[in-house]
Amino acid sequence: MSTKVMIPTPLRAYTEKKDVVLLEGNTVGDLLHQLTSTYAPLRRHLFDDQGSLRSFVNVYVNDEDIRYLQQEETRVTEKDTVSIIPSIAGGKESAQ
Amino acid sequence: MLTMTHTALHKIKVHSMEAYPEECCGILVGLENKGGKEVLDVLKIDNAKGENRTRRFLITPADYRRAEAEASAEGLEVIGFYHSHPDHPAMPSQFDLDHAWPSCSYVIASVEERIPCAVRSWVLKDDRTAFEEEPLESLQKEAYRPIRKGSARAIHH
Repeated sequence: MSTKVMIPTPLRAYTEKKDVVLLEGNTVGDLLHQLTSTYAPLRRHLFDDQGSLRSFVNVYVNDEDIRYLQQEETRVTEKDTVSIIPSIAGGKESAQ
Repeated sequence: MLTMTHTALHKIKVHSMEAYPEECCGILVGLENKGGKEVLDVLKIDNAKGENRTRRFLITPADYRRAEAEASAEGLEVIGFYHSHPDHPAMPSQFDLDHAWPSCSYVIASVEERIPCAVRSWVLKDDRTAFEEEPLESLQKEAYRPIRKGSARAIHH
């Protein structure tokens, strides 16, 4: 069973320029594990040193943020589309 | 190398003045080729941060998704982002580093007492340990066609 995973522009340098990758798995976690096994350098940009998804990495199943579903345990089927969508955050060092 | 027209650079500076003393932010749309990246459109984004807006900015996933879809429809890509540092140098902070995406240009506009100052561009190193500055070239002539007339489109919440 393959599920479509949409790759945002900043990460396509790591997926051979592909904007869509078909991956096998029953949960979002399975898909992300397979994604970062296939494209290992992606791992450090998606996950922190503790293995948690970075705060600015958003994963949606269809139009639902997995934070409001079962997070990485969210189940997927071949009919679903999983999207990795950036938040962009930043700012200067200290309060002034 | 990141290239943009004077008009695009001007839009970033004006946005940084308008937002002062808060940080402004936006998305850079264009093309990447062997010679570097070319900014063809500057999308102003409302800073979605609810607090600490003088030192923090946030572009939501919804705004990012909309920008990427619009760029893709024009045969273009999201190639980077910009934000301002009010009364602070145009250099990335540790917070910028901790939240950076690879491959993208991070343009930072310093604005001091509402006066635009340095504008510099940075790219995250692949190992996430630091940013590296990339040359930023601003072209006098409007060498690039805008995506559509009045290309300073804004996304408001």
